[in-house]
Parts: sequence; C-alpha cells; structure tokens
Amino acid sequence: MNGLLNFIRRLGAAAVEGVWRIGFAARFFMLLLRHSGQSLTRIHLTVREIYFSGVLSLLIIVVSGLFVGMVLGLQGYETLQRYGSGDALGVLVSLSLTRELGPVVAGLLFASRAGLAVTAEIGLMKTTEQLDAMDMMAVNPIARVVAPRFWGGVISMPLLAALFSAMGVFGGWLIGVVFIGVDDGAFWSQMQAAVDFRFDIMNGVIKSFVFGATVALIAVFEGYDCTPTAEGLSRAITRTVVTSALAILALDFVLTSLMFRGQS
Amino acid sequence: MVSETDNLLVSLKDVRFAYGEREILRGIDLKVPRGKVVAIMGGSGCGKTTLLRLIGGQLRATAGTVEVAGRNVSSLNTAELYEMRRRMGMLFQFGALFTDMSVFDNVAFPLREHTDLPFGLIRDMVLMKLNAVGLRGAADLMPAELSGGMARRVALARAIALDPMLIMYDEPFAGLDPISLGVIGQLIRKLNDALGATTIMVTHDIMESLQIVDYIYFVSEGGIVAEGTPDELRASKDPWVYQFIHAEPDGPVPFHYPAEALDQSLIGGRSA
Amino acid sequence: MRRTTLDLWVGFFVVIGVAALMFLAFKVGNLGAANGGETYLVTGQFDNIGGLKVRAPVKSAGVVVGRVKEIRFDSKTYRAVVSLSLDATYQFPRDTIGTILTSGLLGEQYVGLEPGGDEAMLKTGDALQITQSAVVLEKLIGQFMFDKAAEGSAPAN
Repeated sequence: MNGLLNFIRRLGAAAVEGVWRIGFAARFFMLLLRHSGQSLTRIHLTVREIYFSGVLSLLIIVVSGLFVGMVLGLQGYETLQRYGSGDALGVLVSLSLTRELGPVVAGLLFASRAGLAVTAEIGLMKTTEQLDAMDMMAVNPIARVVAPRFWGGVISMPLLAALFSAMGVFGGWLIGVVFIGVDDGAFWSQMQAAVDFRFDIMNGVIKSFVFGATVALIAVFEGYDCTPTAEGLSRAITRTVVTSALAILALDFVLTSLMFRGQS
Repeated sequence: MVSETDNLLVSLKDVRFAYGEREILRGIDLKVPRGKVVAIMGGSGCGKTTLLRLIGGQLRATAGTVEVAGRNVSSLNTAELYEMRRRMGMLFQFGALFTDMSVFDNVAFPLREHTDLPFGLIRDMVLMKLNAVGLRGAADLMPAELSGGMARRVALARAIALDPMLIMYDEPFAGLDPISLGVIGQLIRKLNDALGATTIMVTHDIMESLQIVDYIYFVSEGGIVAEGTPDELRASKDPWVYQFIHAEPDGPVPFHYPAEALDQSLIGGRSA
Repeated sequence: MRRTTLDLWVGFFVVIGVAALMFLAFKVGNLGAANGGETYLVTGQFDNIGGLKVRAPVKSAGVVVGRVKEIRFDSKTYRAVVSLSLDATYQFPRDTIGTILTSGLLGEQYVGLEPGGDEAMLKTGDALQITQSAVVLEKLIGQFMFDKAAEGSAPAN
C-alpha cells in the first residue's frame, strides 16, 4: 500500500517536473526569438555555427545516405522483382527517401552529431562561468551564444536532409542500375512519374525544417539549462540525444498523418 | 573612513537573500567608498559570491537595498542593468575565459561588443591592457595553453578592457602558486589605483589580502561579524577575527559539524 | 580557423545543399516536366469513381496528359464531379469519353481519355459529356456470385 502510494507520488512529481520543463522551454524559446536580431545583423555569428553544425556533419550525412540508398536498392529490388516490377525500384527508393528516411535519418544523425556538440559547448560554457562572465560584460548570452547556434542548426538541417536523400537516390541507382541491371530509362522515368515536387519533395523539406528547429531548440535548451557540474553536463548531453530522437519520431508520425493521410 | 556617506560607490542596507527556503544572507550592511580596495572574507560557502552577484545584478535581494553609484540595482530593468554593467568588470573564480577564442580576442571581446572602434585602435587598446598584466607576448595563445595564474591575468585584462568604475573579484587567489598569488595581489592594487577604480574582492586568503586592501568585512553565517582596516584587525582581540587571522583550527568557528556528543554516538548510539 | 576559410566552407556547403535540392526537384521529381507548362481545367461527372484519388494521372493512349485536380460530390445529381487539369499542349475533341481505369489488376486508378471526332476542342470550364464509371471489384464479385446462385437454382426447378 505504502509502496503504491510512493509510486503514485513519484509519478506525480515526474509529471509536474515534466510540465514545468516544457513550460520553461517554451519561455526560453520566446526569449530566443526575441533576441535573434543579432544572429541576422551580425551574420558571421550564424555563418560560424552553420560551419560547425552543417559542414562538419557533411561526411556522416553523405556516407550514411549513400549506404541507406544502396541497402534500399538491394532489398527493394529483391521484393519488387517477385511481383515482376523491378523497374519500379526508382519509385520505391526515391519515395522512401524523400518522404521519410531522408528527413528522419538525417535528423537523427544531425542530433547525435551537431546537437550533441552544441549542448556540450553551451553546457561547458555555463559550467566554466563563461556565460555568467558574458552576462556581466553586458552581453546577452542568449543573443550572442544561443540564438546563432539555433539558427545555424535550422538552416543546416534541410540542406543536410536534401543531401542525404540525393545521395540515397544515387546509391539506389548505383545498386539497381549499375550492379543489378535495371533499365536506366525505366528507373528515372518511373521515378519522375511517381514523385511529385510539391507533394513529396516539399513535404520532405518541411519535415526536415521542423526536425532541424526541434533538434536545435532541444540542444541549446539542454545546454543552457544544464546543472553546472561535470555530471550535470553529461546528463544534459544524454538528454539531448534521447529527447531529440523521440521528438523526431513522434513529430514524424504527426506530420505524416497530417500530410499524407488519404492522399495516396 | 566609511563615514563619508556622500562618496560611496556601493552600499548595501540590511540585504537578505534566500534560495527558496535556504537563507544565505541575513541582513548585510556594507559600504564601499570610491577608490578603495575592499575585501569580503569568510569561510567557504558563507554567501560571499552571492554578495558579488547581488551587486552585479545577476541576483535580486529578497529584502533590503543594493545601491551602486546611487542607483538601486533591484529596480533597474534589463537595459539599465546592462548599461550599468558596462562600467563594471568582474573576474570570475577560474577566469572564465572564452575557450574558443585566443587571448587577444578574449580581451577584445568587450571592446568589439560595445564599441565601433576601428581594428587598429582596438588592437592598440588590447595590447595595452595585456601589457598592464604583463602578458602582451601571449596575445596569440589559446586559453588552454595558459597556466592558471596567466589565465587569471588575461581575465583581469578583459575585466578592465572598458576602464570600469568598479572591479569585482571572485576568489582571485584560489588555486594559485605563491608567486602567481603575489603577482595577482600586486596587480589588483596597482590597477585599482592606476584606473581610479573601486575594487571589491571576495576571498578567504587572509595573508595576501591584509597586504593590499584598505578595509575588510568578515562574513559568517549570513551576517557581518567583524570589520576594520588591516591594522585594526591585526590588533583585534575579537576571538572570531583572531581565529581567522591566525588560522586556528578550532574557535568560534567550530572544527566539528554540530553533532551529539561523541560517546553517545559511539556507545549509546549502537545500543539504541 | 580564419574567417575567410570558414566562409568558403559554408558557401560550399550551401551550394551543394541547394544542388541536392535541385537534383531532387528536377531529376527525381516532376518539377521539370509536367508541372511547368500551362494547363486547362475540364470537369466530368461519374456515377462511381471507385478509389480514384486527387493527383492521380490522366492518360490518353497510355501517355500522361494531366492530373486529377479535385474530387467533389454533387448533392443534386448524386454523382462525383472530377476536375482534370490537362496539359495545354494536348488538345482533345469536345466529345471525348472519360473512363476510370485501373492499372493492372490491383494497381492505382487513373482517368483514361478516349478522343471522339468533334471539330471543336475542349477548353477550360467544359465538361466531359460521356463518362464511364470505375469497375468496383466488390460489385463485380457480388454480380458474379448472384449469377452463379441463379444458375445453381435453375436446374432445381
């Protein structure tokens, strides 16, 4: 009986804590937006963050995209040819990539590469009192440190997702056309007939934009909010990766059901 | 000297502060005259750093008033607070240098953020500040390449970059070797006099402080327990001051954390 | 890192990112082909559209000539009104027949256009005069079973 009460009490405490954190994150987001002016007027601050979150994620994105596309090519052909429609390989590869895998997998990679680095950096600056020092120098840390990292992530992510999808289609083409011998013309023409720019590709871009903003917000928030100790920092980093992954997958479900329900 | 009320830069009146339920400061009265170096001393965890944050406006007092240059800090809005902080320099405990910038860029940071000066002028000002702390030659190093004492001096150069009216130090001597300690101590005094600034220093290093400061406040358990000039304190018969200056392990500040009597814990405690 | 090198890398990153987007739009997607040209809108009323969806292709002689733009239900005639957006380069006579067809046995449904012999051509706002509904599999099976049952009961009489 006592154990049950205790459990319910802990559950309640966790719920209150969770709601409190969401509210705090929302207030933090409003503050971030209000102090975003400098990210635009002093564009080199943002450009620098695009370098750290975008350029440094290039390699992992390009290589993973290529391999995911190649696996799709192999597995997809295996299944499609049983129904005699191996020519539709291009459709399968491109639709899975532009609609789902591109934004989602690129988002997960982005969270674990760039998101983690941002949390670690901001968290370390907090732990070593660099943010306090900045604040005492009458420089707002949210405007100077947090907002450029957020916008850098927001800009980088759709480009990375597009690169991931493009590399994936190339990988599928490599396996399907070059190695297996699907007809080159059929591969591309069936793909073009099935993939609609506004419907499939733009929705993919919208998804990647939403994921980018979500991951970037989680990353800067966890870093800024971390307990300023070594242990608190490592916990914040773990939280960034876990929360980002969950948020991406949950948001993907919501967005997919809004975008594609009953359409095809 | 503390009686010259019209010439005070910082004054705290009955300041109280609590983190939630936990009361840190219980009614502090403190006066810092212009041009002086004042030390706030006390054991670890007695709320000294909290005091600096109250003066800098990073925390707000639960009760009482904090006045800096005649203005009540708790009543300022963010813009006014930032305006005031431009005329304050603060040295954090471990320097808090920006790890992704070189020494030069660290010192140039406040100048670049708050002024539109041309590059050449900023360069000259940064090199002058670095020269004042004896580190002009280290301008191109990264913070990771500096020793603890050097990092502290660079942070000091950064704190005085905008020629502040008030310089605050949070434990400037913590973790330094005796030579660096002497260097920092001399710098604190010399920079204060050269810039015509006022200095507040939070520390528990009594020997170094007695040599360079004009006035000392002792803080314990959230209140001021003693104050005076270094000479007055050296001659003081107050048991609290005596224990602190002579570093006695036991006295008004007990060696033992409050507990039941020893024989009770050892014998009575087990049989219970 | 010096700022110029950093700018160069970021510029390079943005260029290849946008190039990837262009590749997706023009090579993978259909932005280069059908969507670019001018279109005209034609409607057709069907008794039953089966599983036809918005954006399904409109084909004539197997060539894609347009897309289904909108599907509505007309509450006066109790029929489905399908708007077709046809590529302006393809012109059809006014007595063209619209049929809802299925690609393969279970594939997606599309609208097939069978050109007639009229001199005048369809233009925006026109309606197809003759239409043929979708073949609904359930109805077909029901019909088949009904016939079988009728056949089975006949000799018993």
